[in-house]
This record gives sequence, structure tokens and C-alpha cells, in this order.
Amino acid sequence: MSDATSLIFGRLGWDALPFWSMLDDHSAMSIINGVIATGAAGMVVLGILAAIVLVTWLGKWKYLWSKWLTSPDHKKIGIMFIVIALVMLSRAIIEAVFMRAQQAVGLDGGFLTAEHFGELFTTHGTIMIFFMAMPFLTGIINYVMPLQIGARDLSFPVMNQISLGLTAAGAALTMISLVLAPFSTGGWTGYPPFTELSYNPGAGVDYWLWAVTLSTLSSTLTGINFAVTIFKKRAPGMTLFRMPLFTWTALCTAILMIFGMPPLTVATGLLALDRYLDFHMFTTDLGGNMMNYVNLLWAFGHPEVYILILPPFGIFSEIFATFSGKRIYGYKILVIATMCIAILSFTVWLHHFFTMGQSAHINAAFGIATMLIGIPTGVKVYDWMLTMYRGRIRLSVPMVYAIGFIMLFVLGGMTGIILATPSVDYQVHNSLFLIAHFHNMLIPGLLFGMLSATNFWFPKAFGFRLEERWGYRAAFCWIIGFMLAFFPLYVLGLMGMPRRSVAYFEPQYVPWMITAGIGALVILAALLCLLIQLWVSIRDRHANNVFAGDPWDGRTLEWGISSPPPEYNFPVIPEIYSIDAFMTEKDRGQGWQAPDRYDDIEMPANSAMGVIIGITGLAMAFGLTWYMWWLVIGAGLVTLVAVIARGFGRTTTRTIAACEVQRTHEHWLEQVRLTHPIDRSLEQTTSNHGRPVPPIEGAVQ
Amino acid sequence: MSVKGRTGYFLRQGGRCALHLFPVLLPLVALSGCGADMPGFMNPQGQVAEAQRYHFWVVIALVMIVVIPVIIQTPLILWRYRYRGHAVYRPKWYMSRWLDIVMWAVPILIVAILSVYVWRQTHELDPYRPIAGDKPPLEIQVVGYDWKWLFIYPDQGIATMGQLVIPVDRPIAFSLTSATVLQSFFIPALGSQIDVMNRMVTRLHLKADHPGRFEGKNMQYNGEGFHRQRFITRAVDDDAFDDFVQRTREQGQPLNQSAYKIIAQKGDNRDAARALGLDTHDSDAVIRFAPVPDGLFHIIMEGSPIDWSTTDVSPPQLGATRTSVIQTPPDDDTSSASDPQSSSHQHKEAQP
Repeated sequence: MSDATSLIFGRLGWDALPFWSMLDDHSAMSIINGVIATGAAGMVVLGILAAIVLVTWLGKWKYLWSKWLTSPDHKKIGIMFIVIALVMLSRAIIEAVFMRAQQAVGLDGGFLTAEHFGELFTTHGTIMIFFMAMPFLTGIINYVMPLQIGARDLSFPVMNQISLGLTAAGAALTMISLVLAPFSTGGWTGYPPFTELSYNPGAGVDYWLWAVTLSTLSSTLTGINFAVTIFKKRAPGMTLFRMPLFTWTALCTAILMIFGMPPLTVATGLLALDRYLDFHMFTTDLGGNMMNYVNLLWAFGHPEVYILILPPFGIFSEIFATFSGKRIYGYKILVIATMCIAILSFTVWLHHFFTMGQSAHINAAFGIATMLIGIPTGVKVYDWMLTMYRGRIRLSVPMVYAIGFIMLFVLGGMTGIILATPSVDYQVHNSLFLIAHFHNMLIPGLLFGMLSATNFWFPKAFGFRLEERWGYRAAFCWIIGFMLAFFPLYVLGLMGMPRRSVAYFEPQYVPWMITAGIGALVILAALLCLLIQLWVSIRDRHANNVFAGDPWDGRTLEWGISSPPPEYNFPVIPEIYSIDAFMTEKDRGQGWQAPDRYDDIEMPANSAMGVIIGITGLAMAFGLTWYMWWLVIGAGLVTLVAVIARGFGRTTTRTIAACEVQRTHEHWLEQVRLTHPIDRSLEQTTSNHGRPVPPIEGAVQ
Repeated sequence: MSVKGRTGYFLRQGGRCALHLFPVLLPLVALSGCGADMPGFMNPQGQVAEAQRYHFWVVIALVMIVVIPVIIQTPLILWRYRYRGHAVYRPKWYMSRWLDIVMWAVPILIVAILSVYVWRQTHELDPYRPIAGDKPPLEIQVVGYDWKWLFIYPDQGIATMGQLVIPVDRPIAFSLTSATVLQSFFIPALGSQIDVMNRMVTRLHLKADHPGRFEGKNMQYNGEGFHRQRFITRAVDDDAFDDFVQRTREQGQPLNQSAYKIIAQKGDNRDAARALGLDTHDSDAVIRFAPVPDGLFHIIMEGSPIDWSTTDVSPPQLGATRTSVIQTPPDDDTSSASDPQSSSHQHKEAQP
């Protein structure tokens, strides 16, 4: 390559195209893998083209720009986070199906090359954690938390846009790596020295490095934003111990993000110093020590586990209470248990590497610390059961996920205690038992929580219910698919099968692997059911509309406003007198009342900062990956200029006139009055337009 | 030991009876039923693996005290308090002091019992802790390469690849390092795995109670040949072991510069055998080396370039240079070697 082209394109060459190796090497294996990789790249390119054509055809570019991309509204940003999560979820599930298919036929071979398989498990893990789980829960918290505390927006709306931009940039980078390959094969943990330049000189590790860095920066900002919002923007009267449990878990997660994310940013930053500037942080020679990386990674990694699981705990708390028609059992105990978990989560990171040869004292101490987390978690599970106890339980779709969660999560907890026992961990560490364990926590825990939240709050966000028949089908496919796909992995782990194996040589593994493969197909069916559910719901949106805003006889503040809520959420900031604020209002017959007077509302103005930082972040990461230094410098300068220019901006807010607020609110109140209140038995029918009969009579038959 | 054995039996049986109640736990049921032909520690061949299997069931039995009520009661509550049912409804009931006390006390108690148990067993099964036996332990040095293991028998002056041959009923004291990236050395049927890292030595003690052939593997992903980084562990009686040593001394290739170059290249056992000019028909065949330069293990561990002209003549002192952050427990006598060299970081050559 000549100097000029390498100045422009860095080390990017034709061989980065996924079909390039196929042209040189005509073996069957190379062609199969080339076709798969090219198909994936084709889907990315076609997907982008289709989106562009669609928006142009509908003539919606202006709408997209002014109503979504530059909107500082926490609700829209939340929805955009969730859209990213769903796109990335689809990709990562398809990757998982490929891996399961490979291992189902992987006795002595299979159809994927080791290199391709390595990229699959690395992208699957990286995407699921950083670009599915994190955006999903960030999106849900973004949407719901300000509504629950009676706020009009987050404390820092523009920073929220920037968080979204950075996450989108990271996700886009992993998508680009399908077209301009390869991605890293070092696993989502990226342990050096394997990921050091001397062992992995290609662009793959750099893609991973910058994608993760973008994501962690985004999450740190998000954490700060959430925590400040909860501390500073609660409605008058909403003391900490009157906050809904979901908001409590959001607070704990935000604190964990603030302290847990920077260690990973530092770890990937130091690894980048090694790779780009010949430092020796984690190399084997010249004083480097990979153990420092491992400690930093898990100083992030273990809090991360609870960043992922605490919001679902909050979601399930809301769902158990709402669909049991009953106040949550042991509210304060649940808050204390959540705090205990959050604090303990910083004290157990070493259990991720019991086998590194530290002394038995250390292993035993960390093993015991890990088991301590089981105590508050166990208490929570029993609190949820007692919430249902003496209730009136409606088995709605969110509730099916919640029941699946509670039954499967305790099994995952049990295997967690097994893994926390150092002497047993020496057997099952790095094996499929570990894979089964954390999927057992993350699928019934995190993913069921997110899907359940989607079914629960979707009517709030879009004004119509999600169709239940396909919702049930999706939920049952998820539960059955999960059990089929992951219970066999426990057995395989006990038989000593290492994780990340492209092939194996023990015929005893085969029946278990085939069962797991079938389970992966059932999960794929669950994904399809979700898509069909969305489609059917949009088709029937008029019949299922819940404009009055309270389809589930909800308990917390967000159900007391229209669905979808106005931009400013609350025409007048409510005063809070108890927990379950909206339920209390309904109890006293004070729901849906017009306020005495309306004021002008000041809302943050639109800003392009999120889009700019997202694009320049992506450009810098892409330039760093392929050594296109001009792009890195250029994008860096644009970022700097944009940030400074923003500092000179004078119009950062816009005012919504009191009369407009009044008109909107009175129109809604009029609609609520016209809505026929329904009993809970009609909850899933088309007569549910979002107004319940007064609570006590409605629930008791 | 007999008392403990009996408790273990009851706990195991108890665990199994409990498991049979729940179709949700089918895999575990199947597992307790078909342990006989399972590879791994469910069918243990050494005392460490056997103790680990025992711990596994003890932990399950204890945790079941919390898990079983959830799995039984959740469906019961769902049925009894269903929307169309007629059970009592208390929408404002939210607190019961006694239930709270039980809810906290039971898990605390279980974790307290588990903690004592974990503390003791972690120390007892610490891989660094030598295994007591009537025979002196056999020293074996293990080096991880991309994607194969080299087993050096320092006292016998031999080395093998592809097969690890050990005498039955004799404790084995492994010292392990890596010539490349992080790996994890593991013989599931015998006991613990342990990570191996360049510039660091880790230790592992195992013992085989029965003769046989067991799978050995690497558990930590290290590239495309990762899944092929296997070996056969052959536990044989003392006579057969002596025969093996004798045959290796007679038939082995000298582990010299050219042989070492082949070992250090990326590739699995079969690739190395092919390059060494051996028959590669049986992929599990043993590759034998003799003689082996003294102190080779420590030179590899330090990452310093191997000076083949001197290695055979003047062996460096064993265990002299440890850049490891891992300290050997004081009861391990090899750490007593003094004379730390500071030079190991200065002359360095990459070891891909």
C-alpha cells in the first residue's frame, strides 16, 4: 500500500471485507464461513439502506431530527435507548443460535471456523452486556423514573442526549465490524496478554476496546444524571422513603454506575496505552502484570452484575404489587436489602478468579462475602411471595415473566452459591456451568425484567396496550427456551466442558448439546413472537387505546397522567403524602382532578449535542481502530469546538404557555370522564381504556 | 473420616430425594442417576475431586432449604390467591414482624453454616497445599504453550507432550507456568484447575486413586487451537511408571534448541509430533523427550532467552527468580530458595 493511501485509510484494506478470504481460499469451510459473514454484513448494509429509503419515502427526516434525535425529552431518549437495545438483542440472539448450532454438531468439527466462533462469542457477550442490557435498563429508567418521582425531566437533559449518542456510537461500531471485519476473539472480558498487540495485532481487539470504552463513558454519565435527578428533582413531599421501589433500585444502580464504570474505562484505557503507545501495563514483560487488568475489570464487573439486576428487582416489585392488587410487602426491608446488595457488590470481585493462585484465606473470605449477598436477595424473593400472599393475583403478561423469574432465579442463586464455594469453583470455573449460571441470572433476571417492564409500561409510553395473546406466547417461549437451552449447560459444565470451545471430542456431550440447540431455537421463536406482538399491537392500536392513562390500576405517580404523557409530564407538580402516591389519591377519591391554577412551564430546548458527540465519538473510535489518524484528530477537534460552542449558547430552554398546558390537561380530563371505568376482569379486553373502577370495589369481587 | 463419610451419604441421598420431587431440576436428577459414565468430577478418580463432589452436594442440600419453599409455594400462592378465587384479600397488609425475623434468620443461619464450612474446606482443598501420603510427592513441571502442554519430570530428567503419565496413589506436586498467554490447567477427574501465567509460577497438588485414562484440558481461551489443547492423563502403577521413565529415557528425543523451537510454535500436539518427525496416526500418543536441560522450566517462566550452550552444563538454581506476585505458602519448601535476581526484566525477548 502506498504512503498516500495508508495516510488516508490507515491499515484498512480490501481484506477487511468479509468475503475477501473466501476469494483466496476455496475450501468448503472457508466458503461456508465467508457466506455467513457476508450475509451478516449484507443485513447491516441493507438494514441501513432500508431505513434511509423508508424515512425518505415517508418524508420524515425533519420529524425524525426535530422530534427525536435532537429532543432532550427523557421519554424519547428512553425509547431510543430501548430501540438500540432491541436491535442489538436481535443480532446477539442470532449469534447465539449460530453458536448453539455449531456446538450441537461440534463433535470433532462443525461448520464454523475457530476464528469465526471466537468472534461470535466475543460479540455476543459484548453486545448483550454493553449494547443490550445497559441501554435497555437505561432506557426504562430514563422513561419511568422521572415520572415516578414527579419530575419534568432529568437534571441534565443534554448530558442524557450525549449518553445516548455515545451508546449509539459504540453499538454502531460493533455493527460496522460486521462489514469491515474482524472483531476481537478475546471474549467480552478481553483478558490480556491475549489481547495485547504481540498476540493479537489485528483491528479486532481495537474494535472491542473502543466500543466498550464508548459504552462505559455513556453509562458513567447516565449514572451521574440519574443519581442527581433522584436526589434533587423529587416532587414536594416525596421523601426518600416514599419513593417507589423501582426508583430506589434506579438510585442504587446509578450509584453503582458512578463507582463501577470508571474502573473499566481505566482498564480499557490502559490496555489502549499498551496497544497504541507501547506501554507495559498488562504485558508479560517489562514489569507489566495482567492480574492488574483482571482486578480492574472485575472491580467493574461485579458491580455491573448488580447494575443489571437491581432495576429488574425494582420492576418486579412494582409488578408483583400492581397485579396482586396489594401494597408491596416489607417496603423498608426491600429498600434496605437493595442497599445491602449494592454495597456488598463492591466486596466480592475476586470470586471471578479463585483459580489464579491466591492464598486460601483470600479465596475463603471472598467466597463468604459472596454468600452474604445471598441473604438480602433471598429476603427479597420471600418479600415478593408475601406481596402476592393475600392478594388478588392477575396472571397478566408481565406477571408471567415475574413468576418465571422468581422460580428460575432461585435456581440460579443456588448455582451461584455453588460457584462461590472456592473448592467447588476449582472444578466448574471457566466451564459451561458458569455460562449456565450467569445466563440463569441474566435471562430470567435482567431480560425477563426488561420484557416485563416493556409490557407493563408500553401503554404508558404509546397510549395502547401490547397485545396479550402473542405476549403470552413470547413469555412461555422465553421460559421454556431458557430451560432447554441452559439447564443442559449445567450438566456439561459438571462434565468439565470448557466455555468458548468451538468443538469437543467427548461423545457424552452430544445429547446435551442438541437439547441446548433446540432451546436456542425456541428462544429464536420467542424473539419472533415479540416482533409479532409488536406488529399486532400497532395494528390494533385504536381498539386497545388507554388514553386515560391507568390500564393496570397502577399505584405510582406515572399512572395518574395521560398515556402517552405530555412533554412536560405533569401540568402541575403533584404533592406527595404517602408511598403508592396515585393509589392513595384513588383511595381518597381524589384522582383525575383539575389543579387550581396553571403556570408557564420551562422545558429544555432541543439540542444537537447528542448527535454531534455520537458521530464524532464514532469517528474517533473508528479512526483509532484502523489507524486513520486524520479522522481521530479531526473528530476530536469537532468535539472540542462543539462543547465550547455549546457553552456560548444562550437559549437553552423554551417555555410552554400556561394556557396551552391548561387546554391539553382539560382535554385529557374530559376524555377520562368519558371513559367507562372497568373492573380488573376486563383488563385484557378492548373495553380497557385506562380507567379502573375505584380500587377496593374493583379488586374484591 | 467415617462419620463424615456417613453424613455425606445422607446428605447426598437427601439431595437426591429432594431433587426427584421437581421436574424443573431434571438435569440434576439425570445427573445423579447417570454419574457412572460421566467424565469429570461426578465420577471422581482422585481424592480432591471426590471431596469436591461431596462439597457440591452439601452446598446444594443447604441452599435447598431456601430454594424448595419458593418453588413449592409460588404455584400454591398463585392458585390460592388467584383473581377469581375466594381466598382472603388484604390489600393494605404489608408487614409481619415474625415473618421478617424468620425471613432474615434462616438465610443468615444457612450462610453462617456455609461460611464455616467454606472456610475449612477452602483451606483443606487449597491447591497449594501438599497432599499427605506415605510416598514422597512426584514433582512435575507444566508449561502451557499455544495449544499444548509440556510436562517436565525434573527428577527423572525427562519430558512429555500429549500424555501426562503419573503413578497411582502417589501425590503429584505440579509447578506450572505459561510460555505464552493466560491458560488454565485442568484434569477434571482428579481435582482442581489452576491458572498458568508467564512470569509466574502457580502450584497444584493432585493424587490419582485409581489407574485409568482421564481427559486433561485447558479451560482458558487462548486462540483458535484452544479446544485442541488436550492431553491424556494416564495413571499407572509404580512398575509401569518406572517402565515409562525408562522407555522415555531410551527413546526420547533430546529437548534441544531445534526441538524447543518446534514446541514453541503455535500448534497442537499433533502438529508438534509431525514437525518432530514422529508418527501422528494416534493423536493421543505420547511425545517423549530425554534428556531435558536442567532448569528449563524456570528459564521459560522468567521469559529470558534460552542460552542453549550453557543450559546443559550449569543449571540455574531452582526457584531462584520469582517475579510472581503469588507467594507460595510458607509450608511449601521450594520457596525457601534465596538469591533473587533482578535482571530478569532487563534482557527480554518477546515470547509469542
